[in-house]
Amino acid sequence: MKSKFVETLENITGVDIYALISLTLFFTIFVLVALYAWKADKNMINEIRQLPLDN
Amino acid sequence: MQVEKFYYDNKSVKMFAYATMLWGIVGMLAGLLIAVQIYLPAANFDLPFTTFGRVRPVHTNAVIFAFVGNGIFMGVYYSLQRLCKARMFSDVLSKIHFWGWQLIIVLAAVTLLAGYTSGKEYAELEWPIDILITLIWVVFGINMFGTLIKRRESHIYVAIWFYIATWVTVAMLHIVNSFEVPFSFMKSYSFYAGVQDALVQWWYGHNAVAFFLTTPYLGVMYYFLPKAANRPVYSYRLSIIHFWALIFLYIWAGPHHLLYTALPDWAQSLGTVFSIMLIAPSWGGMLNGLFTLRGAWDKVREEPVLKFFVVAVTCYGMSTFEGPMLALKSVNAISHYTDWTVAHVHVGALGWNGFMTFGMLYYLIPKLFNTPLYSKKLATNHFWIGTIGIVLYAIPMYWAGFTQATMWKQFTEDGTLKFQFLETVTHIIPMYITRSIGGAIYLSGALLMIYNLIKTIKSGSFVGDEAAESAPLPKVHETHGKQYWHRWIEARPIQMLILSLVAVAIGGIIEMLPTFLIKSNIPTIASVKPYTALELQGRDIYIREGCYLCHSQMIRPFRDEVARYGEYSKAGEFVYDHPFQWGSKRTGPDLARIGGKYPDSWHYNHMWDPRSMSPGSVMPNYPWLFDNKLDTAITPAKIRAMQTLGVPYPEGYDKKANADLVEQAKTIQANLKKDKLDTPADREIVALIAYLQRMGTDIKGQQKTAAAFK
Repeated sequence: MKSKFVETLENITGVDIYALISLTLFFTIFVLVALYAWKADKNMINEIRQLPLDN
Repeated sequence: MQVEKFYYDNKSVKMFAYATMLWGIVGMLAGLLIAVQIYLPAANFDLPFTTFGRVRPVHTNAVIFAFVGNGIFMGVYYSLQRLCKARMFSDVLSKIHFWGWQLIIVLAAVTLLAGYTSGKEYAELEWPIDILITLIWVVFGINMFGTLIKRRESHIYVAIWFYIATWVTVAMLHIVNSFEVPFSFMKSYSFYAGVQDALVQWWYGHNAVAFFLTTPYLGVMYYFLPKAANRPVYSYRLSIIHFWALIFLYIWAGPHHLLYTALPDWAQSLGTVFSIMLIAPSWGGMLNGLFTLRGAWDKVREEPVLKFFVVAVTCYGMSTFEGPMLALKSVNAISHYTDWTVAHVHVGALGWNGFMTFGMLYYLIPKLFNTPLYSKKLATNHFWIGTIGIVLYAIPMYWAGFTQATMWKQFTEDGTLKFQFLETVTHIIPMYITRSIGGAIYLSGALLMIYNLIKTIKSGSFVGDEAAESAPLPKVHETHGKQYWHRWIEARPIQMLILSLVAVAIGGIIEMLPTFLIKSNIPTIASVKPYTALELQGRDIYIREGCYLCHSQMIRPFRDEVARYGEYSKAGEFVYDHPFQWGSKRTGPDLARIGGKYPDSWHYNHMWDPRSMSPGSVMPNYPWLFDNKLDTAITPAKIRAMQTLGVPYPEGYDKKANADLVEQAKTIQANLKKDKLDTPADREIVALIAYLQRMGTDIKGQQKTAAAFK
């Protein structure tokens, strides 16, 4: 059921690299952010949390 | 440390709040009108500027950019100042921003009703307005970053990250999607064609939902929800993850609007995968909002503001669960082109955006006027009326969508289609009627709110400049324990801007680049030729009247669609389509292969009175096309613009085009004459018929039969 167009695309060298790059990128950023969120200093987090309330 | 005295600018907030209320009502009224038109064609009034195809973009643009747009600015101008402990950067810029945005809205409404449209959903505005939007958006940006730079609070609260990401991404989306080649003062052709145009448009369309309707309102949620509940957000750590994961994932999901189309498979799959992954941050954010109220549900019982927020956040959760489901190919095969999508977006628009805005207004107006809300009881009534409105809107539309899709796909035992297209429409008319009642109820709730707020305003006295004081920003940032890399951007707005841009740009580039780079690899179909001058003119009338809002031009490779409409659509067929007209909703049948299906006279009669040809049809009449003379003076400019875009008209064809145009028009005139229909050859209807008869015919010479699908 694949159109000729889709077949042509699939045969382009390295088209799947785009999907791989995106997943890797997301995964890396996600891990870094999660690590930061987990490790961040408790006092600072609490201070920021209160920001909307003290004005 | 010396404490500085300063004043918050409440005037801008008030202005944006008033604009939000006004445009909210206008947008909802336009929505109600088109909801009625869909079952009562007479409500189109046979006038160009009151007809569905022109009012519908007014509704969507008014709700998104006027109602929610002003709602965003209201929320940002209020919360940004307080979170930064600083007045807005410049009162002059605030004024320019406010009046500039209102000018854009008025220009948009007038030009859309006059038929000036780029033909791309949610980006319909023509090039001069596009430029104005860019300028005003830059003004907003300068004002926001200026405020951030002169702030007195070292930490940048998560709400502001969402505002920054919103600003930078909307700028990018708007600029990339608005590339167009003008050929007159108010008209242009999209720079992209066919598949590429579709990809860019839905990358834009999807992310307009993400970065105009979602991220700024999440910022607003992170400020106003804790504020109204008077307790900090449930988990600030979660909000950090929520932010980065959301902006990174959202940008990739656009292709899920193009499943089963001629878009490359890998791009479709990428869209689906990222859409599924989006559930995680979306629900993280929703739960973060709801858990903030943990142990404070007694407040929700008494406080209408919180009631609105709770339902808004719940609706956000529902639509962000449903969205990824709709991005699954098997679900999309049923939902796409039906009212299911309409139901989905309205849970978001009425529930999430509408209710967040109402909650904000009920919170802000009493604060700005230093008086309690006129009536909590009326606000609670509004809450219930609104909720009933949403339910009465959404359920019939889900039902209609599912029913219609099922009917489209039914075959008889002999292997023929069980239902005519029109039967599937007339069958769901009761649902359309119920939907319009739901919408009317929702609107009446909003009117009740305006009454309540006017009463509040009258009983209070406006505090234009609200006094505040705070210590200035320390030269050296305080440190808390160990420093991490994120801290480096957290307190620095410009770095945050750049990083957000990188996060969203990577997604956009990787998603779109291959389809552009391999342009030469799109198998050009030798028999696909540029439109004739008359067809091109006809196509522009098709775009002007907003036909794409009810008719798709994209036959998906399904048995029922091939049986109903003909050979499925190929990417190579659209290479001269600036802009593409695939559409997203089938209130009428697909038109990709309408060419040659009926005689010219059928189209002539059908455009005059659709019900004369298809009894029970809900399509509007288009009587003005029979009076309007076709503007042939513009033909050469259109041809030249197309040549600029790479459409292979012969050198110097712009001067000869009109001669060919007249020739072709005379042929159609003669065809009509044979069926005893007298019309001058220079009318718009003739051009439109030429275009309709051309559609999808190019590959008919060499197509394979539909038998390939078993």
